[in-house]
Amino acid sequence: MPELAAVENLSANTEHPEAILEKALDLHEVSILYSGNPAINKVSCHFLRNKITSIIGPSGCGKSTLLRSLNRMNDFISGVTLEGKIMFSSEDLYGAEVDPVEVRRRIGMVFQKPNPFPKSIYNNIAWGPGINGHEGSKDELVERSLKQAALWDEVKDRLHDSALNLSGGQQQRLCIARALAMEPEILLMDEPCSALDPISTAHIEDLMFDLKSRYTIVIVTHNMQQASRISDYTAFMELGHLIEFGETEQVFTKPLVKRTEEYVTGRFG
Amino acid sequence: MSLISERDKKHLRNRQRKSLYFSYLCAGVTWASVLLLGVLLYQVSVDGLGWIDWQFISSFPSRFPERAGIKSALVGTLWLIGLIAIISIPIGVSSALYLEEFAKPGKLSKFIEVNISNLAGVPSIVYGILGLAIFVRFFALERSLLSGALTMSLLILPVIIIASREAIRTVPMSIRYAAYSLGATRWQTAWAHVLPVSFPGIMTGVILALSRAIGETAPLIMIGALTFVAFLPEGPMDSFTAMPIQIYNWISRPQQEFHELAAAGIIVLLLVLLLMNATVIYIRNRTERRLK
Repeated sequence: MPELAAVENLSANTEHPEAILEKALDLHEVSILYSGNPAINKVSCHFLRNKITSIIGPSGCGKSTLLRSLNRMNDFISGVTLEGKIMFSSEDLYGAEVDPVEVRRRIGMVFQKPNPFPKSIYNNIAWGPGINGHEGSKDELVERSLKQAALWDEVKDRLHDSALNLSGGQQQRLCIARALAMEPEILLMDEPCSALDPISTAHIEDLMFDLKSRYTIVIVTHNMQQASRISDYTAFMELGHLIEFGETEQVFTKPLVKRTEEYVTGRFG
Repeated sequence: MSLISERDKKHLRNRQRKSLYFSYLCAGVTWASVLLLGVLLYQVSVDGLGWIDWQFISSFPSRFPERAGIKSALVGTLWLIGLIAIISIPIGVSSALYLEEFAKPGKLSKFIEVNISNLAGVPSIVYGILGLAIFVRFFALERSLLSGALTMSLLILPVIIIASREAIRTVPMSIRYAAYSLGATRWQTAWAHVLPVSFPGIMTGVILALSRAIGETAPLIMIGALTFVAFLPEGPMDSFTAMPIQIYNWISRPQQEFHELAAAGIIVLLLVLLLMNATVIYIRNRTERRLK
């Protein structure tokens, strides 16, 4: 299995803002078919390094399907096939020589419903790095990840309690910490706040701002206010087509396509 | 309440009455089976309790009822259960794990599934014939504990596989996805998450299966377990007898004393069964607590 090409970390380079605009993922005419029926139709777009890109659109437009194709989670659903190319650095994610396990190690994911393992808080975080041959102190790793996910202060005295005793919002932040412990290059978030109350949602949105300097984030959301608050770029999808893609401010205030305007102003969807 | 009309009130009362009747019916059926078990236990106790003492536990069979005991059968059964557990649990759980987590769903997997369900319904004597042909004759294991344990393992494997598959299916997909998203392989996911979460359910299946094995007689008679054994097996290749065979042997004798000995044997068999189930349930509950 060839190593996917390593990518320089450009986050420290603030003097040349244009240098930061590097594509972390680049999609070329991606179509996704469920047993032959297209769910995603020739989508081309890219996700920039150290930026938050949100994917919005009405239910059933295929945004989650698209997101799951970015770390090959669709492989587990039988009958799903993908056409086109998704370039991760200089490697095609769906190339014959790419090991999907390696892809998922480097592109992390947070799911719609918090899904902690029925284990201790500590083991929830330490397990992933453990199976991937993490060297060094697990204690430090757990502490660092929990701090990054803004959960450390709430759980530091009960690291060996079951993760299932946490509240929903804490569980979701634990899931984020678990994904961060793998030190992924990209973090995919599939409606991470849809099961949470407004306070927990605010926690997670703050968290995403902090994480931006180190990670590339792609988030699927139902919530247009959330998309406009947190993301740098926005992709609007409908019925499997990418309708509009651009800087968030432009998409929300001066959309180029009429359909986008109707959606972001709440006239449908 | 005035908000509800007279007609609605009557309807509601009717529905609640039906609900009550149904709960009576369910309770009645439950208690009927408990009563049946009680009658069985009472009958057996009246006949056998007087015979149970250390002499009965620690003696070999004898043609004199007052000197006869269940030692060799008890030890044989314990050997048998130990060997069956060692053979059938790893094979059964691995098969279930393979079928649920690794095998691609399709015609072949469906075919295997149907056949396993069918095997669970095959009469035990047929397994005895199979065991006689394969283990006793073909592999020349003779009439040994090992032959008996292998035959019994065949008999209970379908039960273990079916129960384990059901338990594995109840593990939420979200847990698997969480593991996969961290770069886990299928094996790592199955071993670290699917197995521990489904463990209590698997143990329930194992209890049922081992309980069936402990009480089975026909396959053991078929493969030629002895009915009169005045020695203890010292290894898996020794010949043996088991409690159900000893009980069957006693009950088919004409003398009343031996019938009472059979009742005493049944009590010991039930105690062993109870002890075994209690152990498994204890292990199961402990892991269940750990998962919470």
